[in-house]
Amino acid sequence: MMIEARGLVRTFKTKRGSVPAVQGVDLQVADGEIVGFLGPNGAGKTTTMRMLATLITPTSGTATVAGCDLAKDPVGVRRGIGYVPQGGSTLPEAIAGDEVVDHARLYGVPKRKAIADGQRLFEELDLSGLWQRQCKTLSGGQRRRLDIVMGLVHDPKLIFLDEPTTGLDPQARANLWEHIRQLRRRGATIFLTTHYLDEADALCDRILVIDHGKIVASGTPEELKQQVSGDAVRIDLADAGQAPAVSKIVQELDGAAEIETDGDVVGFRIPRGGSVLPLLLRQIDAQGIELHGVEVHRPTLDDVFLTVTGRSLRDDSGTTTKEEAAA
Amino acid sequence: MTVLRETWIVFHRSMRLTVRNPMWSVLMLSQPLLYLFLFGPLLKPITAQISQGATTNAYQVFIPGLIVQLGMFGAMFVGFGLIAEYRAGVIEADRVTPASRIALMAGRVLRDVVVLIVQSVVLLVAALPLGLRAPWSGVLLSLVIVALLGATFASLSYSVALITKSEDALAPLLNGIAMPLLLLSGILLPMQIGPTWLQRLSDISPLKHVVTGVRALFRGDIATSASLWGLFWVVLLTVIGLAAGARTFRKESA
Repeated sequence: MMIEARGLVRTFKTKRGSVPAVQGVDLQVADGEIVGFLGPNGAGKTTTMRMLATLITPTSGTATVAGCDLAKDPVGVRRGIGYVPQGGSTLPEAIAGDEVVDHARLYGVPKRKAIADGQRLFEELDLSGLWQRQCKTLSGGQRRRLDIVMGLVHDPKLIFLDEPTTGLDPQARANLWEHIRQLRRRGATIFLTTHYLDEADALCDRILVIDHGKIVASGTPEELKQQVSGDAVRIDLADAGQAPAVSKIVQELDGAAEIETDGDVVGFRIPRGGSVLPLLLRQIDAQGIELHGVEVHRPTLDDVFLTVTGRSLRDDSGTTTKEEAAA
Repeated sequence: MTVLRETWIVFHRSMRLTVRNPMWSVLMLSQPLLYLFLFGPLLKPITAQISQGATTNAYQVFIPGLIVQLGMFGAMFVGFGLIAEYRAGVIEADRVTPASRIALMAGRVLRDVVVLIVQSVVLLVAALPLGLRAPWSGVLLSLVIVALLGATFASLSYSVALITKSEDALAPLLNGIAMPLLLLSGILLPMQIGPTWLQRLSDISPLKHVVTGVRALFRGDIATSASLWGLFWVVLLTVIGLAAGARTFRKESA
């Protein structure tokens, strides 16, 4: 196990009393896994990650990270991990290459090796030619990749990435995902936080859904999606008057649920939606009902989040500042 | 030793940034230089009156005070730089490495001390044409005192900066401490020309004894009680300052 945490709790003291940010998190991450911490802002993702990275002390709970005990050997933990924080890790006035080399040297990497490894990572992360540039002259995506170089330059076996693609344009995000997959191919274990469902879906072997400081669901993206009762099917009719007839056909399908009619649209959920379509269409056709179209949607992690927490991951803008203030 | 190596890395990094962007160091030096040229001449008539014939040049009294002031003020405001580093995520990036927490502070303090020494030497050279004369041994010992004083105030400044993490809190706090320290230290005018109550009040300030000590050193009185007390106080202050700074850097909230 690369990470094994039991009962991690962290409360922050504020003027108005103590705020529980993380309320008993158990988690395990195996060697070579990419595990994603999915949850809205303020759910406790960053706080948990900062505890695992030795930056804040848990109020209670224990953890072994990269083979070392968090409480007894924090220096050992630090040696084994790389941590890429949310808000950057370099000074705007500093020279990018210098920052990387100095950072590596603080891990005990000899200067010459630090330069060689740093420059190789610059190549790999599409930062070639930027070694001598001041950090403030880099674009948002370049600075993000520079932060990742900082986190990787000492070749850690476990990498923490806090919201790695927040604020990046779609192409930069896709590129970064590819880099993250490459890291795993080289044998690194990756633990990342995200509030993007597509990111968790695209990158992670396993997802831990966290809400209000507790893990509320975990599993592979597929397993989590199966918790939602099947695929969403949507039938567009040419004539709204035939909706009751279609609804009746749907009701007879094995496993159909949440059947709803809205004007000329009939929608429902069913496991393996694709495989029931032929039968469904034949029956509709047999009754001479004309269709405009049929759509099958695989459940998304947003559906999962809605199912386990009762609210959508997208409408959480009101809670944005809580975790930042606490951190 | 690892701590020394790590201190050196942090020092080297800070120094490089300071050399690349020397505006701040120049600004901090401009203050004592302005005092030297615009306030120093006012002291001439007063000095003749208070020095019982021993020293006739006003700068002999004034310069020791100014380099102590430089050591104090120059280092006091380094916390602002640390807050900038904190905002950029540099402090967190440092803390996630296995490097000693002491080294993270000591490297930065060492940079501040080097900057201070360079500034002090510039100030002393600028005062030579005005008639400053002092023995080498006294000047060197004085620079050691300035270095220790700088280390003290830099550590304290870092400590407060890391606790408050806000320029808005740091600025009034530092000014609130700096003004009384300056007025009671006898840097601008020797305290002995003031009323007795003010003299007693200034006796409480360790800085006054440091200034008196440095003045003795500049006169060439190396092993006098004044210079030894000055040394004693500055060493004590340094121990307290470094301990407080180290403690804050080790604490998790840092």
